[in-house]
Amino acid sequence: MANVTKARDKFFGQRQVKLLVDLFTYVVLSVVGIIFIMPFAWMVSNSFKDIRGIYKYPPDFIPEVWQFGNYAEAWSATHFDAGFMNSVIVAATVILGQLLTSSLAGYAFARLRFPGRDKLFLLYISLMMVPFTVLMIPLYIQMRSFGWVSTLQAVILPFLVTPWGTFLMRQFMVTIPRELEDAARIDGCGFFRTYWLIILPLTKPALATLAIFTFVANWNSYLWPLIVLAKPKVKTMPLLLASFQNQSGMRTPWHLIMAAATFSVIPVIAAFVIGQKYYVRGIVTSGIKGGG
Amino acid sequence: MAAAVKSKREGESAWAANWRDFRGAFTGLRRDETIAGYLFLLPNLIGFVIFMLFPILFACYIMLTDWSLAKDPQFVGLKNFDTMLNDRLFWKSLGNSFYYTFVAVPTGIFIAFWLALALNRKMRGIIFFRTVYFLPQITLTVAAATIWRWIYQPEIGMINHALELFGIDGPKWIHDTKWAMPSVIIMSNWQGIGFAMLILLAGLQGIPEEYYEAASIDGASGWQRLRFVTLPMLTPALFFVVVTSLIGAFQAFDQFYILTQGGPAHATTPLTLYIFQNAFTFFKMGYGAALAAVVFVIIFIITIIQWQLARRWVVGFEEGD
Repeated sequence: MANVTKARDKFFGQRQVKLLVDLFTYVVLSVVGIIFIMPFAWMVSNSFKDIRGIYKYPPDFIPEVWQFGNYAEAWSATHFDAGFMNSVIVAATVILGQLLTSSLAGYAFARLRFPGRDKLFLLYISLMMVPFTVLMIPLYIQMRSFGWVSTLQAVILPFLVTPWGTFLMRQFMVTIPRELEDAARIDGCGFFRTYWLIILPLTKPALATLAIFTFVANWNSYLWPLIVLAKPKVKTMPLLLASFQNQSGMRTPWHLIMAAATFSVIPVIAAFVIGQKYYVRGIVTSGIKGGG
Repeated sequence: MAAAVKSKREGESAWAANWRDFRGAFTGLRRDETIAGYLFLLPNLIGFVIFMLFPILFACYIMLTDWSLAKDPQFVGLKNFDTMLNDRLFWKSLGNSFYYTFVAVPTGIFIAFWLALALNRKMRGIIFFRTVYFLPQITLTVAAATIWRWIYQPEIGMINHALELFGIDGPKWIHDTKWAMPSVIIMSNWQGIGFAMLILLAGLQGIPEEYYEAASIDGASGWQRLRFVTLPMLTPALFFVVVTSLIGAFQAFDQFYILTQGGPAHATTPLTLYIFQNAFTFFKMGYGAALAAVVFVIIFIITIIQWQLARRWVVGFEEGD
C-alpha cells in the first residue's frame, strides 16, 4: 500500500510539473514563433502597401492604405505572367517524367532479374553523392553544344531522371508482397501490364512523396536556370523575382517585389497543405532509414 | 553431388559459371524477363548516362584544360590546381565555405533539437506551431533572401528599427564585412531549420514510451531522462541531420547570390559562388571545374569522417548496415 500512495503522490506531483513545463513551452514557442513568422508576415503586409507606406519610417505593420492592385501590377510587370507559366510547364513535365522513369526503373531493380542489375543499382546509389556543383559546368557545355541554351528543355530534360527517386521507388516496391504479382502473372499478365495494373496503384504513397518533393525543389530551383536561361521570355519565376530587384532604378519598388514573392510562395504552400502527409513521410523515411 | 545443384557446376571455373548464367539470361524461360528488365530500365538509363555519368567523366577532362568556350580547349594538365595554390580568392572562399558550414550547421541543429523537443510535447495547438516553424522551409530561397535583404537594410530595415526601440544602434548587417556572414547564417537557419526539426521530431516520436516509463520507475529525473533516454535514442536521426546538413551547407548558393552577391569585399563568397563566377562570369571553365572537384573531395572527406565518427556516438550504428 505504501508503494501505491508513494506512486500516486509522485503522479500528482508530476502532473503539476507537466502543467508548468507546458506553460513554459507555450511561452517559448510563441516568442520564438513570432520571430519565425515575422519575415513572412512582413512580406505579406508590405505586398499591400503603396510606395509611400513602404518608405515610411518608422514603418507600420498594418498598411495605412491597402493597395490590392500591387498584385496585378507585379503580375504584368517584367514578364511575370510568362515566368509563372514557364515554371508551371517545367515543374509539371519534370514531375511526370520523374514519376515515369523512376517507377519503371524501380520496378526493374526491385523485381526483375537480369544480368548487371545489382551493379547498376550500386552505381546509381554511389552517384547520388556527386554534388550538383560538379555537374553544372559540364552540363552547361553540353547544353551549349546541343543548342539548348535559353530553351525550356535545358531545365527539363536533364532532370527527367533522378537517382534518388529511383532509389525511393525501388525501396518501396521491394516491400510489396510478391503473391499479388504472381497471381497476375499466372493469369497471363505481361510484365508491363503487371507493372501498370498491380504495382503502380500500390505504389501511390511513394509516387506522391516523389511528386511533392520534386515540385518543391523544382519550383524553388534557382542556380541551374540562372546558368542556362538568359532570355527573358524563357525565365522561370525565381529568376524573374531575383532580377526584379536589380533592374529598378532609384527607389526599389519593394511593394511590388513583396507581392510577387508572396504570389510565388502560394503554390508551394498549397502543395504542402494538400500533400503534407507525403512530404513529411518522404523526409522521415529517407531520414531515419538513411541514417542506418 | 546431386544435392548441390547450384549455379556452379563441378569442375567449372567461376568465370565459366558466370558466363553460363549470363547466357542463360538470354535464352529459355528467363529471356523475357531479362529483356523486360532492360526495357523498363532504358528510359532511366538513357537520362542517367547522358546527364549524369557523362558530365561526371567530362568534368574530369575539363578540369585539366584551359577553356573559355570561345576557343577550343587547351590541355594544360594540373595547371589549374597549381593556380589554385596561389589564388588568394580561392583560399578566401574556401575559408568562407568552412566558416558558413561549421557555424550554420551546429547552431541550426542545436536550435532544431530544442524546438523538436518542445514540439514533441502533447499539447493543444502544437500542430499550429509545427506549421509555423516549417513554413520558411518551403518558401522559395529567392523569395526568402529577398525579404531578408530588405529586413537587413541598415537605415530602413526592420531589424535595426526593432533594435532602435531598445536603444541599440544596430550594425550595417549585409553591408559590413564582419556582420555579412552572420547575416547569411541567420537567414539560412531561419529557412532551413524546419528540415532538421522535422527529422528530429520523427526520431523523438519513434522512441517507445516504455523506455521513459522504465526510467521514471527507476527514479530518473526529467533531465536524466533527456540525457540517458532521449539523447542516445535520437542519435541515428541526429547523425542523418548532421551528414545531410553539412553536405547541403557546403553547396549553398542561392542565399549568398541574392543577399550579398558575395560581398562586401568577398566576405561572403563561398566556393560555390566562386565557381559560378569563374565559369559563368569569367568563362574559365577549366578552373571552375577544378574548383568543383575540390568541393567534391571536401564533401567526400567530411562524409567519410562522419561515418567513422558515427561508430563512437551513434547508438546501434553497426547493426543498421
